[in-house]
Amino acid sequence: MTVYDLEAGHSARLKSFLGGDPSTRLRLMEMGLVRGAKVQVRKRAPFGGPIELRVDGYILSIRTADAKTMAVELAAT
Amino acid sequence: MKQIALTGNPNTGKTTLFNRLTGLNQKVANYPGVTVELRKGTTLFLDTETQIVDLPGTYSLVARSRDEAVTTEFLAGLNPGQQSPDVVVVVIDATNLLRNLYFSLSVLELKLPSVVVLNMMDEAEASGLKIDIAGLERHLQVPVVGISARNGTGIDKLRQTIEKTLASAEPQVFSRSWSYSQPVEKLTQQIRDQLPYPLGSDGVALWVLGSTAASLANQEAPEIVVHPQLAHAATIAKSGILDGATGVGEQLIEDRYQEARHIVDRVLDSSATDETHISDRIDAILLHPVGGLLIFVLTMGALFQGVFAWAEPFMTFIEETITVLQTVVHSIIPPGALADLLADGIVAGVGNVLVFLPQIAFLFAFISVLEDTGYLARAAFISDQIMARIGLHGRAFVPLLSGFACAVPAIMSARAIESPRDRLVTILVTPLISCSARLPIYTLIISSLFASEENVLGLFSVAGLMMLGLYLSSIAVTILAAWILKRTILRGPTPPLVIELPPYRMPSLVNLVQQVIERCKIFVSEAGTVILACSVMLWALLYFPSEIPQEFQLEEKQAVVLSNTLEGPEREDALISLQAEAKATQLRNSYAGRLGQAIEPIFVPLGYDWKIVVGIIGSFAAREVFVSTLSLVYGVQDGGDDPSPLRKRLRQQVHPKTGQPVFTPLVGLSLLAFFLLALQCMSTVAAIRRETQSWNWPLFALVYSGVLAWGTALLIYQGGQWLGFT
Repeated sequence: MTVYDLEAGHSARLKSFLGGDPSTRLRLMEMGLVRGAKVQVRKRAPFGGPIELRVDGYILSIRTADAKTMAVELAAT
Repeated sequence: MKQIALTGNPNTGKTTLFNRLTGLNQKVANYPGVTVELRKGTTLFLDTETQIVDLPGTYSLVARSRDEAVTTEFLAGLNPGQQSPDVVVVVIDATNLLRNLYFSLSVLELKLPSVVVLNMMDEAEASGLKIDIAGLERHLQVPVVGISARNGTGIDKLRQTIEKTLASAEPQVFSRSWSYSQPVEKLTQQIRDQLPYPLGSDGVALWVLGSTAASLANQEAPEIVVHPQLAHAATIAKSGILDGATGVGEQLIEDRYQEARHIVDRVLDSSATDETHISDRIDAILLHPVGGLLIFVLTMGALFQGVFAWAEPFMTFIEETITVLQTVVHSIIPPGALADLLADGIVAGVGNVLVFLPQIAFLFAFISVLEDTGYLARAAFISDQIMARIGLHGRAFVPLLSGFACAVPAIMSARAIESPRDRLVTILVTPLISCSARLPIYTLIISSLFASEENVLGLFSVAGLMMLGLYLSSIAVTILAAWILKRTILRGPTPPLVIELPPYRMPSLVNLVQQVIERCKIFVSEAGTVILACSVMLWALLYFPSEIPQEFQLEEKQAVVLSNTLEGPEREDALISLQAEAKATQLRNSYAGRLGQAIEPIFVPLGYDWKIVVGIIGSFAAREVFVSTLSLVYGVQDGGDDPSPLRKRLRQQVHPKTGQPVFTPLVGLSLLAFFLLALQCMSTVAAIRRETQSWNWPLFALVYSGVLAWGTALLIYQGGQWLGFT
């Protein structure tokens, strides 16, 4: 399961990265998308547009292609 | 002079704090070698003038481009003749502690005297966040001050803390009490051993490691660690990463985040926070699939209207003032070359510079408000879908949109695009967008040469359809050019969209005023000089030699008119039109006229004669000048704003040899294409030079758009003739 598969409003913890561009991955990680980070999908733009995430208390938007590279496990809360 | 540097993530209110500390006593300096600006200001600390430098907001010290390396270079004092600042002030958004602490740790690791500022404490408290400041101080080992830069609370305490650090003989610096994972730690140690004194800090070694890992991860990235004193360390980092420690870049980030989380867990009590955020409710409207799009269109429409229309009366005012000044100059200085130089060269040139200020002011006022409120990031989020298709970032939308009003402020606003390469692509294609200065040319050509009033399908006029066609072509060409540039000389992947959507906040008037003044000042001092010089040069080309050639026999002709039977207004008219003819003859003999005749052969295949070429040369001062230059060349008496005498004259023009009309619809199309595509504007050239800090890029833009314009006009004219059109 990846961030992309999360429904709007649902939260999960980031588990690992699955491939993707290494340079983009470093950037995403520096923005707080590291293992164990709490990620909630806040909103999805229509027609495959960017996804809005709440990452440990702030809002970040990323492209769907990048959302597909982040594996998550559903959080208890 | 002692120096203090402000650093921090974007959207932390760093610039608001900077404005608080310096008043508006500040200026912008270009950082050498790159296109980054540093804002510098002064204030009194310990009763001594102290310089404050506002470093660009960044999420990371790790650099992906030379531009991003500026913060570390500046803090570590890597450039010759420059030392580390005396105090580093790290600005943190208290409502977003974790990510901000990640960045703060990387700065503190540089082991410089530092003060950490928790900004937006009022917001944090209001949302129920409790931060143990003393606890944070224990973890970070440097003073921590909670403030609200917007309200001014805590500023005095911050000033005292900075002064104490400045005065201290041995200020407390951070010292790491935890370890990175073993591979990171080992490689960092090896790198640190290669660093010359006084660079041997943890932070610099970790920066070299992180930046090297980032540049290895991105094949397109240039070498970032370019400093000779770091060369050896960078080699060690590179070989270390390639020899098996491939994951160190990621490991480093994870470890540091883990430490940041460790600290947050101990100093932050978020149990009382309200889970519903006000920004969520606003975003539910502003980012709504339908409503949000509508609001986006309205907002961008207002921004465009501001630059396009609201700036207009101010521009007219400036133009009228310049006209008055010219009259004044002519009335106090005896007629002659000096008066003409002052009035028509210099005063007009200054006018050419000042006339851009209203558009710049309106655009940056809008941008400042949109940025401060947090909507600009949302606008980028919304427009990213379209922009990503042509390989550009969502942030390229505002500059490209503004380009329809004027390329000059548009190019200046491209600064918001992070990646230098994408910023450059945006800057280079912006001149292709059909700006408002092209409108008078379109109008003149369409109304002179086409049955512009005629209806098509009973709905549209020919003129309206042609205008629409021009704008659509302009958009298509701009997209195509961006697409080609992104695949050729500025090749690079579509930039990752990683945009923070900051909480909605009230805009600040101080920030707005500061932005507007700053941009206007930069434009006048850096682009203005180039524009003024070009204006005077163009004036001289058209003015000298200023005598009316002997063979025109002006006096004889005047005598004929005077001795003829004409009386009253008719005689006046005859004299005025004789004067216009004389002026046209002077222009033909001027350097610009001779230049036009000399390069006429280049333009003959496009269907132009030398007079049009002179118009093209003259229009380099500003596209709309094409119309007035044509009036001069064709000896049309100044009809003010009424273009009909010129229109009539254009239709009458015939080739001296063939007797065929010069201005046919086909020539009209060819001219429209030329003006649509060519970078016929010295102010745009000056703006590109200022923003790219180089003459190469404006020259490149001139050449590529010139070739494109010439080629397209050629294709239209020759192809049209071949197909049998006239």
